[in-house]
Amino acid sequence: MPNEGSNNKKMSIIVTKGTLDWAYPPFILATTAAAMDVDVTMFFTFYGLQLLKKDLSHLQITTLGNPGMEMPMMGMHMTMPNIVSAIPGVDAAASAMMRSLIKKKGVASIPELRDMAVESDIKMIGCQMTLDLFEWDAKGMIPEMEIGGAALYMEGALDADINLYI
Amino acid sequence: MTTQTLDTKGMNCPLPILKTKKAIKGMNDGETIEVLSTDPGSVKDFEAFCRSTGNKLMESAEDDGVFRYIIEKA
Repeated sequence: MPNEGSNNKKMSIIVTKGTLDWAYPPFILATTAAAMDVDVTMFFTFYGLQLLKKDLSHLQITTLGNPGMEMPMMGMHMTMPNIVSAIPGVDAAASAMMRSLIKKKGVASIPELRDMAVESDIKMIGCQMTLDLFEWDAKGMIPEMEIGGAALYMEGALDADINLYI
Repeated sequence: MTTQTLDTKGMNCPLPILKTKKAIKGMNDGETIEVLSTDPGSVKDFEAFCRSTGNKLMESAEDDGVFRYIIEKA
């Protein structure tokens, strides 16, 4: 369904990552594009399908193999050596730190952005193959999810102005 | 005349734009809204938002770290 004041521009995003940090680029771009009257379709596949689960409290970040991640801490920036990142509990601690930063800096939460995506009539396609592969129940996903496959995505992407892979 | 004020102070990208769009949806053409923001990135964002959507950015000003925009729905 086109958004109010649609300008006939279309965008599609393939969402492949299911971590707290990587959930941001697709949802920020999708909701902003919708706010600018663009008709948006998001295709959630592989780990990206995590982002359509009803409950998003399990989303985490990992510092492992991510030398670009610097967390501000007590006026400095902290990076994590891989050997420390591998210790059980470190991901959970880093994720808790990220959530508190997000709140402190007035950054929208992922559930909040996803609610806005739903409100903006963004089409959200969940990949059927991924559901089968990981044995995820469609009942655990948000009801706004439309189940489909690569052909459904391609149909939209073929006449879109912007196609992103994130 | 400005019919309403939307306070997005403390919110970060893209919330000021999303909240503004939501407010504009409920307005009639020709009505204006005042938006307050503390996000320095919002200056260029509101210019781009208005250029793309056709809404008119009547005013863009800063006072003591608070950015103020007047947008007319078109």
